Amino acid sequence: MIGLSHYLIVSAIIFSIGLIGVLRRRNLLMLFFATEVMLNAVNIAFAAISHYYNDLTGQMFAFFVIAIAASEVAVGLGILIVLYKKHGSLDLDNLANMRG
Amino acid sequence: MYEMIAFYLFSALTIGLFMVTVMSKNVLYAMTSLASAMVLISGFFFILGADFLGVVQLIVYVGAIMALYSFAMMFFDATRDIKEKNTNNALVFLLGGLSALVLVLIFAAPIHSDAIHALYPIHEGAGNAQDVGIVLFTKYLVPFEVAAVMLLVAMIAGIILAGKKMDHSLTKDLDADDEILVVKDRK
Repeated sequence: MIGLSHYLIVSAIIFSIGLIGVLRRRNLLMLFFATEVMLNAVNIAFAAISHYYNDLTGQMFAFFVIAIAASEVAVGLGILIVLYKKHGSLDLDNLANMRG
Repeated sequence: MYEMIAFYLFSALTIGLFMVTVMSKNVLYAMTSLASAMVLISGFFFILGADFLGVVQLIVYVGAIMALYSFAMMFFDATRDIKEKNTNNALVFLLGGLSALVLVLIFAAPIHSDAIHALYPIHEGAGNAQDVGIVLFTKYLVPFEVAAVMLLVAMIAGIILAGKKMDHSLTKDLDADDEILVVKDRK
């Protein structure tokens, strides 16, 4: 029988995949994909806990996570387009022009 | 039984597709695998009885966000493979080890799970959409309105950021946009 820990382990694996992507990606668009992966992993954990504790609060937080992801994508893609107009590429190493 | 088959199928496919998303060099492959993995994640929500959340996942993620990504990919050169310079391995191992340690600590943290009781319990007779609607519009009304305002602000910001100079081509710069050409020549 599938229990809560199954879902949490799958969620942790997917979150780790997203974390690997955030750590090793150099392209900004791919970095955005990796953050989407991490947000989806958190949503799975919320829905599973909501189901197994018989509580609706987890689903509510998953809705707000989805809303935040949508607005993040809208603003982030605008910034990406502006960066591409200015630099001609989306590589993170080219953007480090302040050498901080 | 069917729940078990569906769970293992969805989890294997989702993990594989997300691995493709993270590891692929091609933007198009990464985006398609991300979209299909999101469809499968809505399958998880349907198994868990969160029907409305699954529908919202399908509409918002697969419908809106992936359409936004694919429209944005038309601005960038999507067919070319991405060349990424790998960072030094010591830093990657240090950061990976630290995050693995944090993850183990989170999972090993003691939870007094008997003391957890449902604040807004799921009703047996009512459907999931009715339950979600009642809780969302009574207990979570203020965060809901704040999220609506935040989406409006994000929409205005996206239009303003992306809308300037939309008549110029980004990839071909035929009009001899000097700054971009200088940057490309330097590389």
